[in-house]
Amino acid sequence: MMLLSGDPPRSRVLALILIAIIAMLAITPFVFPGAKPLNVAAKICIFAALVASYDLLLGYTGTVSFAHTMFYGIGSYAMAIALYTMGPNWGAVATGIVIGLPLAALLALGIGLFSLRVEAIFFAMITLAVASAFLVLASQLSWLTGGEDGRSFSLPELLRPGTVFIQDLFGVRINGRILTYYIILVGCAAMILGLLRVVNSPFGRVLQAVRENRFRAEALGYRTVFHLTYANVLAALVAACAGILNAMWLRYAGPDTSLSFSIMLDILLMVVIGGMGTIYGAIIGATIFILAQNYLQALMGAASTAAADAGLPLLPGLLHPDRWLLWLGLLFVASVYFFPTGVVGRLRGAPKPAD
Amino acid sequence: MTDVPIPAPSDALPKPKRDLVPVLLPLILALLMLPLVGSFSSWVTLTVASLAMGMMIFIMASGLTLVFGLMDVLNFGHGAFIAVGAYVATLVLLPLAGMSQADSLLVNLAVLAPAALAAMAVSGALGLVVERVLILPVYGQHLKQILMTTGGLIVAEQALYALWGPQIIPLPLPTALRGSFIIGDIAIAKYRLLVLLVGIAVFVAIQLVLNRTKIGLLIRAGVENREMVEALGYHIKRLFLGVFMVGSALAGFGGIMWALYREQVHASMGNDLTVLIFIVVIIGGLGSVGGCFIGALLVAMVANYGGFLVPKLALVSNILLMVAILMWRPRGLYAVTSR
Repeated sequence: MMLLSGDPPRSRVLALILIAIIAMLAITPFVFPGAKPLNVAAKICIFAALVASYDLLLGYTGTVSFAHTMFYGIGSYAMAIALYTMGPNWGAVATGIVIGLPLAALLALGIGLFSLRVEAIFFAMITLAVASAFLVLASQLSWLTGGEDGRSFSLPELLRPGTVFIQDLFGVRINGRILTYYIILVGCAAMILGLLRVVNSPFGRVLQAVRENRFRAEALGYRTVFHLTYANVLAALVAACAGILNAMWLRYAGPDTSLSFSIMLDILLMVVIGGMGTIYGAIIGATIFILAQNYLQALMGAASTAAADAGLPLLPGLLHPDRWLLWLGLLFVASVYFFPTGVVGRLRGAPKPAD
Repeated sequence: MTDVPIPAPSDALPKPKRDLVPVLLPLILALLMLPLVGSFSSWVTLTVASLAMGMMIFIMASGLTLVFGLMDVLNFGHGAFIAVGAYVATLVLLPLAGMSQADSLLVNLAVLAPAALAAMAVSGALGLVVERVLILPVYGQHLKQILMTTGGLIVAEQALYALWGPQIIPLPLPTALRGSFIIGDIAIAKYRLLVLLVGIAVFVAIQLVLNRTKIGLLIRAGVENREMVEALGYHIKRLFLGVFMVGSALAGFGGIMWALYREQVHASMGNDLTVLIFIVVIIGGLGSVGGCFIGALLVAMVANYGGFLVPKLALVSNILLMVAILMWRPRGLYAVTSR
């Protein structure tokens, strides 16, 4: 209870699902051999933390920001550029962290102070514009960011696949790659628990009050702009941390993996599917979404070829694996409409207004 | 406070003071740029280019700002209508390539007009569906509106990819509209001139409808206070739907103009333009058509002059312009009063 900040899942099914997901993530290297399951598991961890940080904004303060991938990208690029220019050593890792996090915090502070005074719809538009400008900058300043190609780099010795610690543990060779995976798992778990702590603190309650009725919160004497800016900075910091972990896992940072608008849509989808305003929803949403992204596309490809073989019109195009966002978009609209509380809200059974 | 004149009962209501400073902004900007650009002929070319681009952006953005002002709905899927309009236009223009490549202006326009009408009809009809399906259930809930319309944008873009394939479709300009008029050493592209004329016509038409007709009166009243208009017995929901459809149709019209300007059609064009349009709508002051017009001109000018003078800076010039304007007037050039 202490660990969960006094906010347990409050539903037996939800608790079981969460335990199952976390247990699976913990034992993935031992039960699912090969690179792909480990990649999927690492991505689930990183996105769970990223989505949880976005939930702090969307679910708890009710502000829609389209600039969240910008902070994620700042973390990724800071780590990538530091390791690329300084070589694979721990000093570079520290430099990436020391530069990336304050930069993200400062930018979040700037955006927050500049535009959180305005209403939700205005904030969404401004963040969208800022994020698109940042994306343009990242792909244009190629001397720094590598442009469209991004930056590939190598990790310090300890984290490389070639470094073997234990030759054989339950039939698995424990190497630097698996160590990296566990660093990511523990890091993301710590971030999610930290966010859970934040939203269940008095500060988190104020955020919810601001979401429900900003004028009333202000009338009660809370400086709402201060609280919103603070939440924005916190969310940006966690997003940048997730970006750092992502870059370390991929050993690469580029516009497509860390900045693009489609990642932003993915995050939005995960929050909505998992359930807004419940940090637990981030874990569920990220797991569902990334499993679907990695395993559903193969299924769609098979269905598409089957439809093409059967000579059906239009269906092969609609079922083509590249069109999977179409179905996710429909799912997204349907879930906003029919399940505004997401999976977690459903399981908890207590409908909570999302707007 | 004592020397405020009290109007006699017989006087008409005092006219609100006209705020002309924003109107002068594009003019001042253009004149400031003249010495910076250096040569007069390239300045004229750049200015005409910015005016034409501004008109197209205005046509695309006007619907969005009206919809926001009247219905308090910000449609994040507005870009989808632009792309749909452009794709529908290819359905008319490409099969009739013979006519659009003919050497006569009349024949060219005879094929452009039905293409534009088709684009407007389809995007307007799509607007009807979107309003009924996506927006009607979430009136008054900003967060859900943003989520729903963003979802709609994803679906529309992917559907366009599924129907037309992911490749860029080339859309050549009709022959009579290619090339430029040369006056002295000044070159003015013919298509840009046409766009300029059409843009002005659309702006004047919108202003006339808003200021001289009963529907316009209702729309403006609805922007100010929708409960009052409802209380007076008017079907504001139906008015909303109409405005939404007109806004979507205008977006589709802007889409075909933009596609011809760029001479290509791509499903992501709506997405790319959305950001630009949002910037224009924010600069203008959400809900203000006049502000939107000036905002579009300013954005286009900054893009064109900036691209000529400092190409690297031009990429983020929109954002810098937006920040500068919002520093000066935090709610945009013309803030709509009720919000």
